[in-house]
Amino acid sequence: MAVGTQYLAEQPRLRTPSLVFGAIALAALVAAPFFFYPVFLMSILCFALFACAFNLLIGYVGLLSFGHAAFFGGAAYFTAHAVKVWGWEPLAGILLGAVGAAAMGLVIGFLAIRRQGIYFAMITLALSQMFAFICLQAPFTHGEDGIQGVPRGHLLGLVDLNEPRAMYYLTLAIFLFGLFAIWRIVNSPFGNILKAIRENERRAVSLGYRVDRYKLGAFVMSAALAGLAGGTKAIVFQFATLTDVQWQMSGEVILMTLLGGIGTMIGPIVGAGLVIALQNYLASSQFPVTVLIGIIFVICVLLFRRGIVGEILELMKRRPKGTA
Amino acid sequence: MSTIFGIPAPALYGQILIGLINGSFYAMLSLGLAVIFGLLRVINFTHGAQYMLGAFAAYLLLTYAGIGYWPALVLAPLLVGVVAVLIERFMLRRLYGLDPLYGLLLTFGLALIFEGAFRHWFGAAGKPYAPPAQLTGALNLGFMFMPIYRGWVVVASLFVCLGTWLLIEKTRLGAYLRAATENATLVQAFGVNVPLLLTLTYGLGAALAALAGVLAAPIYQVSPLMGTNLIIIVFAVVVVGGMGSILGAIVTGYVLGVLEGLTKVFYPEASSIVIFVIMAIVLLVRPAGLFGREE
Repeated sequence: MAVGTQYLAEQPRLRTPSLVFGAIALAALVAAPFFFYPVFLMSILCFALFACAFNLLIGYVGLLSFGHAAFFGGAAYFTAHAVKVWGWEPLAGILLGAVGAAAMGLVIGFLAIRRQGIYFAMITLALSQMFAFICLQAPFTHGEDGIQGVPRGHLLGLVDLNEPRAMYYLTLAIFLFGLFAIWRIVNSPFGNILKAIRENERRAVSLGYRVDRYKLGAFVMSAALAGLAGGTKAIVFQFATLTDVQWQMSGEVILMTLLGGIGTMIGPIVGAGLVIALQNYLASSQFPVTVLIGIIFVICVLLFRRGIVGEILELMKRRPKGTA
Repeated sequence: MSTIFGIPAPALYGQILIGLINGSFYAMLSLGLAVIFGLLRVINFTHGAQYMLGAFAAYLLLTYAGIGYWPALVLAPLLVGVVAVLIERFMLRRLYGLDPLYGLLLTFGLALIFEGAFRHWFGAAGKPYAPPAQLTGALNLGFMFMPIYRGWVVVASLFVCLGTWLLIEKTRLGAYLRAATENATLVQAFGVNVPLLLTLTYGLGAALAALAGVLAAPIYQVSPLMGTNLIIIVFAVVVVGGMGSILGAIVTGYVLGVLEGLTKVFYPEASSIVIFVIMAIVLLVRPAGLFGREE
């Protein structure tokens, strides 16, 4: 049985309450840079997209990848290199990051889907660690220093991205595009087959689906979207370093998704916001962040496996019966 | 000076020895992982942290209580084993019957807590731990000089692996354990206390990791990060060997350690990734692992 099974029987279509909620959220996102520090917001958007990409795999196919940092951090390196060394336009650089991550996803996914469950997690972890070792030694990543001082440049040669709000709205646009892509994937016939594989892989096979191809397809899409997030992050923060490719980052994205709610559309966004805000808050204190992340992991796994959004949805599902 | 394939012989022997030592740790750790996974169906991500805790226990016993290497070899695994028993009793037990991925996530969180706490208290820098007086110095083997402690580690780990294998294959407790791995409900119906067996197995696995940690302390420096980086390599070893067989885990550990050592001689740039490359090849050729069986 897959991780997300019990609380994800069907994915509802956009209904009026969802549309209202979406409109309010969008308005808040557009207005946000006037009230909050834009870099902080952009950091949340990048990680939220990363977590949503990861959730596409665990929430809708039931595959736990422990190596998504390779796609996120790898794309950051590709984008940073293209923009800084080759002088590419920033959006083209970000696209290259996503394409590069998709290519990596094809290779890693091809190997990892040969095993299931717990082995899948270990294989993705091992292969991403291998990629981290390569990044440590390859000349273009500049080892421990990383690629520093990546210029933000001008979007399509027109808009100066050094202006924080311009950068913010580009990040927001990419985030919304990624989210829309995920929503389309999940609610397509392809997405339904993915969910069928999650619920009962053998049955999907017996129905004649080539399960491996669907899994690989989902893996590549998830990697590409994680790469989109990573490439954008490289432009926002103007650097790419080893931190983004290491296993701790893979752990962090798992935590964001688990905390917010595996298999829910907005859970990973909530989780990413909380984790980033927490890290920001703790950065000035003495308390070690790693320990806190570990504690949240343990609490989530033991007490609320549905995550924050998942638990709320579950409550809303139960309440009408109680009041009626 | 004699050369083999253009490499000076002493350098080659030296790297093979280092490979054997690394292999000893791969073998001991993947053995513990396999034993725990066999019965509990949990991939113990905390295994690396428990290895680190073993090394730290030895270091702290020496620094604060003046207790030396030999008692630490018993005390450290005991301490870590007790902590592991508590973890199993109060946390892991709640997850049996759920998707095994939750066990992985829980133990990952615990690993982060241990690692983060020790880095907070002791810093990321490694701390030296001197080998005991009886095992210092080097032995002239005729073709190379071997530090006695390193030889001891290889021999000791072989004994640990052999001992664990005998315990599982030849004793009554081991028979219960193997039977429970096959069908826990049936074994419980025969009057065996399976929950206790699960607790003991997790404690034993963690103690094994801690013992490896004490053995490692004089070779590698004692540092909070020593475990997690190692455990990822051990995961690859486990994927290569397959977790179906105890003996398979041991053999794969040593062989991959030596292969890694040889890579360091012939193509040093690839030495840190060779085990992962081998894992990829095995996945292509024999996805279930060399000694595994497809479930």
